[in-house]
Amino acid sequence: MDSAPATRPSTPRRPKYYDLSPAHLPPPGLVSIFHRVTGALLFFPVLPGLLYVLQCALGSEAEFARVRDFFAHPLVKVVMLGVIWLYAHHFFAGLRYLLLDVHVGIAKQPARTSAVAVLVLGVLATALIAWRVL
Amino acid sequence: MKGYAKTPVGAHYGLGDWLLQRLTAVVMALYTLGLAACLLWHAPAAYADWKAIFSGTFARVTTMLFFTALLYHAWIGMRDIFMDYLKATSLRLALETAVVIVLVLYLIWAASILWGR
Repeated sequence: MDSAPATRPSTPRRPKYYDLSPAHLPPPGLVSIFHRVTGALLFFPVLPGLLYVLQCALGSEAEFARVRDFFAHPLVKVVMLGVIWLYAHHFFAGLRYLLLDVHVGIAKQPARTSAVAVLVLGVLATALIAWRVL
Repeated sequence: MKGYAKTPVGAHYGLGDWLLQRLTAVVMALYTLGLAACLLWHAPAAYADWKAIFSGTFARVTTMLFFTALLYHAWIGMRDIFMDYLKATSLRLALETAVVIVLVLYLIWAASILWGR
């Protein structure tokens, strides 16, 4: 007599392993890890860099000209694209978390949609600022 | 482990830090929108334009408010990151101390830029 329990195909296999590599994360997971990484990078080195630029730009006419010439360099512009994205993504992801905190869009599908929106808005805002300023 | 054992992780369990991180986020988001609108409106190009934007009392005070909010916000954020990934207490406390010192220096630097000279 066979006493082994019947295995139903719908039963999930245990233990369950999650693939947490960024390439396989769903949009909310990507937004989350990017929020963390961008936050850390904004603390360092973006913030001291920004303060240094502000100090020079407000310092004197000559220093201002030096800053302006520095930002005219193509390579600097490319780096600035990245810096702007860091801020833009952290900004929009943060707004999404504030909404989630007050239970707006907290169900699975809306949360997924808003995560995609955050990822798209971060890139769009970067493109818009780059087009207007850089 | 028996009895009272304090774990020096730096977290103040409860609503305080959590709420402070959200409130400071709102302050910084509002400042960001305000500054963006200001820059779009004035379209500063020359040194004198930039100097004029940051020389008003309102601009100085709100910018300082932004950096103060940032100090708390970044402290909570960096502390959370260290708590998640660094298991060695000595290393974690050393880096958390470094972050606090760096953040206070940022704040002093910002104040000297806005009011100095």
